[in-house]
Amino acid sequence: MLIRRVLLGGVTVCIVSLIIFAGVEMLPGDACTQFLGEYQADEELLAQCRKDLDLNRPPIDRFAEWTQGAITGDLGLAADGTTKISTIVGDRLKNSLLLAFCAMAVGIPLALLLGVVSGLWRDRLPDIIASTLAIFAMTIPEFVSATLLILVLSVWLGWLPGIVLTSAAAPASEFFPEILLPVIVLSFVMCAHIMRMVRSSVIDVMASDYVQMATLKGVPYWQMVFRHALPNALLPAINVVALTIAWLLGGVVVIEVVFNYPGLGRLMIDSISDRNLPVVQSIALIVASVYVCVNLAADLLTMIANPKLRTMYMRK
Amino acid sequence: MTVSSTSHQQEHGRFITVMKDILARPSGRIGLTLVLFHILLALLSPSIAPYDFKLQNSSLMLSPPSSEHWLGADHLGRDILSRTLMGGREALLVTGIATPLAVIWGGFIGILFGLVGGRVDEVLMRVVDAFLSLPWILKMLVLIVTFGTGIGVLIPTLTFFYGIPVIRVARAATHDIIARDFVWAAKARGHSRISIIWRELLPNVLDTLMVEGAMRWSWMLLAFSSLSFLGFGVSPPTPDWGLMISDARGFMSFAPWGVIAPVIGLSSLIIGINLSADALAKALGIDRAQKAPM
Repeated sequence: MLIRRVLLGGVTVCIVSLIIFAGVEMLPGDACTQFLGEYQADEELLAQCRKDLDLNRPPIDRFAEWTQGAITGDLGLAADGTTKISTIVGDRLKNSLLLAFCAMAVGIPLALLLGVVSGLWRDRLPDIIASTLAIFAMTIPEFVSATLLILVLSVWLGWLPGIVLTSAAAPASEFFPEILLPVIVLSFVMCAHIMRMVRSSVIDVMASDYVQMATLKGVPYWQMVFRHALPNALLPAINVVALTIAWLLGGVVVIEVVFNYPGLGRLMIDSISDRNLPVVQSIALIVASVYVCVNLAADLLTMIANPKLRTMYMRK
Repeated sequence: MTVSSTSHQQEHGRFITVMKDILARPSGRIGLTLVLFHILLALLSPSIAPYDFKLQNSSLMLSPPSSEHWLGADHLGRDILSRTLMGGREALLVTGIATPLAVIWGGFIGILFGLVGGRVDEVLMRVVDAFLSLPWILKMLVLIVTFGTGIGVLIPTLTFFYGIPVIRVARAATHDIIARDFVWAAKARGHSRISIIWRELLPNVLDTLMVEGAMRWSWMLLAFSSLSFLGFGVSPPTPDWGLMISDARGFMSFAPWGVIAPVIGLSSLIIGINLSADALAKALGIDRAQKAPM
């Protein structure tokens, strides 16, 4: 079962790379028409350029070469034919990771706390406030909450810088305090999703037979909550946390654009606009692999943490 | 999911029961009111907007709210009230067409492969997983940058990409229902395959698909407005909330009304759809899985 899951993850990554490669191949125009300009380029120049960039070989050959390179960490050259993609992507990836880890460090503990509190005090004031805020955070587009927070915290109150001006290659420490506002927005959004999940899971567990049993046997309330209810209630949260982490590592394009943050998301948008397709391919592959790995890790973790599942697979 | 209903009359009666159930919940009442309000507004706004949405007046540039221009004017001197009133039309048109189409094609494929099963189904699910593991914005932008912006590209793109997660939901619902007792009972009664699919399976899967469609609608709207915000959605001077927020953001320090008006328009519509979807899910008795945005 365990091996099967890992294999399925591997198969998914393979299909993703195929989709990415085929998708980019099917687009009209290639690196050369883009590089030389759509109008000025004459046939001879185009042919020369295609020869230089090795675009004349059959797609299957190039796909094999690309995947081989990707496995060994060599992502090839960007569309200009000189810059190494790994250098461009490396800095951005580091910045995106920094942003994601800061948001996780704030968002996950807060979400678990709020989820447990509002689950235990269901339909009471803290729950109503937290749940209403969560609905807003989940439904309103990120660029709206980001814009509103900039307006309040940066423009009106002047507490935090509203935009990131640090360059992509700067060390992590230089991103403070500019990084704080994006972190607040991201943790607000992710917090809402995890909190809702934890809340409903806590409610389910508190209504379960074994909790009733423990209460009837006279186990003190808080001991019952911490020893019996919470370990079970937090299990389903692992998967939501994983989805959120995957989203943080690859999908925060809009937030990065709003705050001018030099991460992977903005590089993706810029590369798409510039038709820098080799870079787009590499980012897509990185993001998709992260998504698959994080989900895989979550499944394995759930398996290890859940005694019922654990014994079931052991027996098999 | 309740019992399978068959005749037309029953279906009609069920619609009324579900509507009553939705309206009995505060979230349903507020949500449906907001959605209806926005649909009416989208239909009527061209005639009730006080000014022409594209009329530029340089003397009014970034002027604050006044008695003539209730919400002030934007950086080109255009009336913000008129633009806000009309700012949801494009979004509602595009998502209103793309959502049902996405649910139909995704639902059809999902039910089909759910019934067929086997190898083909395994392969399809891996492809679906692969598509879902790519960030939505990347998938959509690649197509939009290649084929251009505008409704003609946005509708097919949204339809295609938002149908893919529906495949998964429809397939799971199909698997869930064909294992139920009433399907076994129909088989035991000797009903034909077609009749079981048509009369037992479809009505039940449709419930799930309706809820899924309502949720997809709000996510699609989110995607549409985010694309507009990034400059890949509607093209100026079409009034659109996402584009308006993006335009007005630069002047936020001294003209915040330009941001606040479209924010209220967009948020109230999305919250309305979400509340309605929640109420619909509860009324149909479908446990909506909590998912992170994709």
